[in-house]
Amino acid sequence: MTEVPLAGYLTLALILFVVGAVGVVIKRNPIVIFMCIELMLNAANLAFLAFAKYHTTPLAPDVPASYTFMNGQMAVIFVMAVAAAEVAIGLGIIMAIFRTREEIDIDEMNLMKG
Amino acid sequence: MILFIVLAVVSIAAAVGVIAAQNPIRSAMALVLNFLVLAVIYFSLNLHLLGISQVLIYTGLIMMLFLFCILLLNLSAPQMLTEPSYLKRWAAVLVTGSLLVVLFSQIVGPWLVPVPPNNTFAGVISNAPDDFGTAKAVGNALFNHWVYGFEIASLLLLVGIVGSILVAKRRG
Repeated sequence: MTEVPLAGYLTLALILFVVGAVGVVIKRNPIVIFMCIELMLNAANLAFLAFAKYHTTPLAPDVPASYTFMNGQMAVIFVMAVAAAEVAIGLGIIMAIFRTREEIDIDEMNLMKG
Repeated sequence: MILFIVLAVVSIAAAVGVIAAQNPIRSAMALVLNFLVLAVIYFSLNLHLLGISQVLIYTGLIMMLFLFCILLLNLSAPQMLTEPSYLKRWAAVLVTGSLLVVLFSQIVGPWLVPVPPNNTFAGVISNAPDDFGTAKAVGNALFNHWVYGFEIASLLLLVGIVGSILVAKRRG
């Protein structure tokens, strides 16, 4: 077999996603937690693209066929845009918290507690 | 196939390195390696434009922001955070192990059953055209059929820029 089946890409995306989820749970540095969230977003992107390549379904009856192959790629482009905005905001918040609290342990942050 | 297995192993090793490294800089470097390997996998799927976007946006923009933040926060050795307790680590292993089993059986499992060889929707043979990942095809679809989503994404990025400046520059 020379061509990689869809299940291979899905398995890789699944493993990357689970590794990212483990990181979000066990790490205490908020920057590393952000990195793990990026890892999970990338795993989702990989699944989107694998499905776009191997399992294309029509959008709607009146949509031209040349657009129906683009679903997954469009989703990935928007995920990248959202990820860029999210990282800018999140790192800004981490910087602001660090400036006021002088500590970054995520388990010690109880700023929102009443 | 062999190339894909090699790439997948490197990618998973880099992902494990992200959460295993003690130093955040090393985590960032492992994440850069992971993003680059994913870009190569995108190229192997004939997705040229998205492979280039992956390199530019993730390894260029996002990792630059991460490294900038790490350097500004000066997370050097004295401030290294302590490891989580064993209870928390075992809880994490339990939860994510069950997540792995459930997702594998529900999402990957249906694609492992044997199918008739001429079934293009079975996930073995690609039914996409060869040039569906070029800049021409992607741009054509993005600016014709998905143009409203494109405008909303640009608005979101604008709000994100202004919001991050507001958060970062607040005094007192």
